[in-house]
Amino acid sequence: MEKMLLVSELRKNFGAVAAVDGVTFGVGPGEIVGLLGPNGAGKTTTISMILGILEPSGGQIVIEDRSRMNFAAVYAPLPGNLTVTENLRIFGLIYGVEDFPKRLAELLKQFDLEKYRNTKAGLLSSGEQTRLCLAKAMLNKPRLLLLDEPTASLDPAVAREIRAEIKDFAARGQGAVLWTSHNMHEVEEVCDRVLFLSHGKILLEGDPKMLPERHGRKTLEDLFVAVAREPLSL
Amino acid sequence: MNPKRLYAVVLRQFYLMRGSLSRVLPLFAWVTVDIVLWGFLTRYLNSVASTGFSFVATLLGAVLLWDFFMRVMQGVTMAFFEDVWSRNFLNFFASPLTIWDYLGGLVASSIATSSVGLAAMLLLAGLVFGLSFAVYGTIFIPFLMILFVFGIALGVMATALVLRLGPASEWFVWPIPALIAPFAGVFYPVSVLPRWMQVVARALPPAYVFESMRAIVMGHSAARWPVLAGAGLALAYLGLGCWIFERTYRYAVRTGLIARYSAESVN
Repeated sequence: MEKMLLVSELRKNFGAVAAVDGVTFGVGPGEIVGLLGPNGAGKTTTISMILGILEPSGGQIVIEDRSRMNFAAVYAPLPGNLTVTENLRIFGLIYGVEDFPKRLAELLKQFDLEKYRNTKAGLLSSGEQTRLCLAKAMLNKPRLLLLDEPTASLDPAVAREIRAEIKDFAARGQGAVLWTSHNMHEVEEVCDRVLFLSHGKILLEGDPKMLPERHGRKTLEDLFVAVAREPLSL
Repeated sequence: MNPKRLYAVVLRQFYLMRGSLSRVLPLFAWVTVDIVLWGFLTRYLNSVASTGFSFVATLLGAVLLWDFFMRVMQGVTMAFFEDVWSRNFLNFFASPLTIWDYLGGLVASSIATSSVGLAAMLLLAGLVFGLSFAVYGTIFIPFLMILFVFGIALGVMATALVLRLGPASEWFVWPIPALIAPFAGVFYPVSVLPRWMQVVARALPPAYVFESMRAIVMGHSAARWPVLAGAGLALAYLGLGCWIFERTYRYAVRTGLIARYSAESVN
């Protein structure tokens, strides 16, 4: 299968510490892959290397079309001192979006931001800011979408809407999604495949609905806790 | 350099300026205060000195050019600080925006903001204090260009410093012009400086501008080589500034500084 993202033997060392230690995986078109693991497992480091803001110590990252990659992360809000429209216009120029007015109208409608178009991003609620970040992430109709805890700090209703948007995005087109989350119910609902990362290595990989049973756990959350606490027992 | 992406960086500054009095006012407020203060001082000096020496053309002209240089440098650094303060590096540098698009945008923003300050100063100095730039002749344009290029160069170096040391290090940036001024001979000839300070002055493009400016006011014709030396040095500093910024950015990407900029984790 053609891959939107192919990561081979990826490594990142910070001094003597290996934050990412020989990670290999791929994400295909229309696929949502969950990158799971406890805090400090190496998820954000991996995503940072794919985004190009962190240089790998070794390994290879192949992206089908870097200009059609985009991201949203809970730790990267858009500037709060610009309005929704201003933010999207600036990133529309940066990502080379054609027919911006049309794309803006589509995204404002899709992410329910029409009434906030002239509101400064810093005045939006957490949920609205997340929707704005997702609208930015969708500006260039990405072929590869990286989402680092996109539903963190959202209430269940908004989180459900966001999940539906992302699932719809993957189902609709050729876009591939790499998703990190600590919410195992969410991961089970959204992801086609998950990778369990611990101490910078992938310990497990597979269908989130089948993995728990295969490893003698009742739920994905139980499996997550086992990976986090006793990775060697698996 | 991609013009659309460069424009995006400029547009961001325009959006921030639009409707923000606290951003627009400093573009001309401080330089206006400076011109008023030095304008009256030079007027007073002209009235008490019987030498026929034009303090307006030397001192007020020097203040105007020095303030222009500072506005150019701060035009670059302030635009950069806006991204520091709003933690926008991740969004920018994880996008197709290159560091050259980004730097180009900062420079273009500085051209726009420093032009506002320059226009305000020229207007005030000319209308109120009778400073005529006809005194300097067409050499005034190269003077401005040298100070502009050196201001951009220092601005780029200052942004590299803040990128390397973290948000709190912006306080290193503000005093840079004040540290350079005594060496640059803004208000006095370089010859009055001690020998070691004269050596430093020779390495600073503004020193050539202010020496030439004083020579013209004294009735001498402007020698070509000091202007060429100043221009060559300013371009060399610009190249050095870009090289330092590029190296600093690479270092920041290698160490994870960009990804965790606000943590100031890499020293």
